[in-house]
Amino acid sequence: MLQEPFSVGNSFLHRTDPRFRLVSALLYSIVVAVLYGFFSLIASAVFSLALVRAAGLDGKTVLKRLALVNGFVLLFLLILPLTAGGDIFFSIGFLHIYQPGVVLALQIALKSNAIIMAFIALVSTMNFSTLGHALNSLGLPHKFVFLFILTYRYIFVIEQEYKKIWRSIKIRGFSPKTTLHCYKTYAYMIGMIFVKASARAERVYRAMRCRGFNGSFYTLAEFPSSGKNWLFLFFMLFSTFLIILMELYFYG
Amino acid sequence: MADPSSTDPIIELTGISYSYPKEQPVLKNLDFELRKGERIGLLAPNGSGKTTLFHVIMGLLPVSEGSIRIFGRKIETEKDFVWVRRKIGLLFQDADDQLFSPTVLDDVAFGPLNMGKTKKEALSISRRVLSFLGLSSFEDRITFKLSGGEKKLVSLATVLSMDPEVLLLDEPLNGLDNNTRIKLISVLKTIDVSYIIISHDIDFLLESTDAIYTLNNGRIEKDTTVYVHSHDHAHMMGNVPHQHD
Ligand SMILES: Nc1ncnc2c1ncn2[C@@H]1O[C@H](COP(=O)(O)OP(=O)(O)OP(=O)(O)O)[C@@H](O)[C@H]1O
Ligand SMILES: [Mg+2]
Repeated sequence: MLQEPFSVGNSFLHRTDPRFRLVSALLYSIVVAVLYGFFSLIASAVFSLALVRAAGLDGKTVLKRLALVNGFVLLFLLILPLTAGGDIFFSIGFLHIYQPGVVLALQIALKSNAIIMAFIALVSTMNFSTLGHALNSLGLPHKFVFLFILTYRYIFVIEQEYKKIWRSIKIRGFSPKTTLHCYKTYAYMIGMIFVKASARAERVYRAMRCRGFNGSFYTLAEFPSSGKNWLFLFFMLFSTFLIILMELYFYG
Repeated sequence: MADPSSTDPIIELTGISYSYPKEQPVLKNLDFELRKGERIGLLAPNGSGKTTLFHVIMGLLPVSEGSIRIFGRKIETEKDFVWVRRKIGLLFQDADDQLFSPTVLDDVAFGPLNMGKTKKEALSISRRVLSFLGLSSFEDRITFKLSGGEKKLVSLATVLSMDPEVLLLDEPLNGLDNNTRIKLISVLKTIDVSYIIISHDIDFLLESTDAIYTLNNGRIEKDTTVYVHSHDHAHMMGNVPHQHD
């Protein structure tokens, strides 16, 4: 079974036509991905946060999702400033903190959080049949959509298996230390997560086939065409445009 | 009930063998027949291949040997199995595998939508099935927040909504409390389909099936001792008036 905690809701965003949400999320994140200026980066992070608020999502769940991503980001934050080279920002003893590294790490942190939040607000607010349906009706090939959707589902499955295994390790009195036993446990855990997740994904796919799934997605959700969709798209494009202007004005 | 042995076989397996990759065979030269109106229980030890057998019938596991006929039609290609899956509904042993939509209604409507029903039709079918199972209030519940037993019932709804002619139920009682169990038995008595039930609960099988088979060394065997008992029960139930819609 798959968890899509954000897909249930009744906000304005949930009711907007998924195709409009997808297209605007895509354009917006492409723009954010190529930003360099801190002014525009901070602006887009704030804008994405506002989108998450507008989707009325449970703050705690969103934070958890973000924490997952920021685990990786933290790695960059730790490594880049020490290794990037260039001008030295300041030194602690023999450790040199390089300015380009600090800048790069902060850019990555802001970008990835802005993009993830936008996707949480705009895309994960639709369930996966709706997402598949939207991708199909945007004219993408069925095979591609199917692969994409399976990958997307897989991520949830992996997360779920991780939680299960972690629980079973904890109730048997495991506490993280830096011993060989611990490292071995981690290695087993990671191995098991992937084995179990792929087995589960296979079984879910079997269940889908048993119920007549043939590669195309249908959805019960109704998204009546209304002016509001266009208004939303205009608003998203306008905001994206403003961010580009900021970038050009302060950085370009 | 009409004597099932006189009616047409709907599932016919002959000489079926199956082994998981790099493993010993699980099913070995297995023969099996289910006739219209038959209600069969399958009671066999863990790991004997019951679930495997169901998955073979649905075409989820490709057999190396043997032939499968469903409703008299020879089933060979994936395309044939697509047709089979519209006729035969499989309730998975683990409900978590079966449910993947966020809300109950979405999940129950998944099958009908795939079968080409319009949204409106799919909705009305799903609502009807949910109310038939007494789950009307579940429509908007989030599937991953249901309890184990509730998941099992909703899984049954997702299977019934495809209006199958045969049901394969893989341990349907798992996680059901006594009331829900009674409900399931009465549901099984009400619906007009043939079925095979895998269960480890002999009382349940005696009550809801006419014959109990077992799997031994990869082959189906009629468990004669149990068969006599179940025959008694079958007669008792024959007196109970039951509904068809
Ligand atoms: N994916 C798999 N890969 C390899 N072997 C498997 C796989 N699934 C099941 N088996 C093996 O095949 C045999 C039959 O499994 P199956 O799940 O059909 O048993 P079962 O009768 O349904 O058991 P249970 O009562 O525990 O559900 C077992 O020995 C099992 O270890
Ligand atoms: Mg089993």
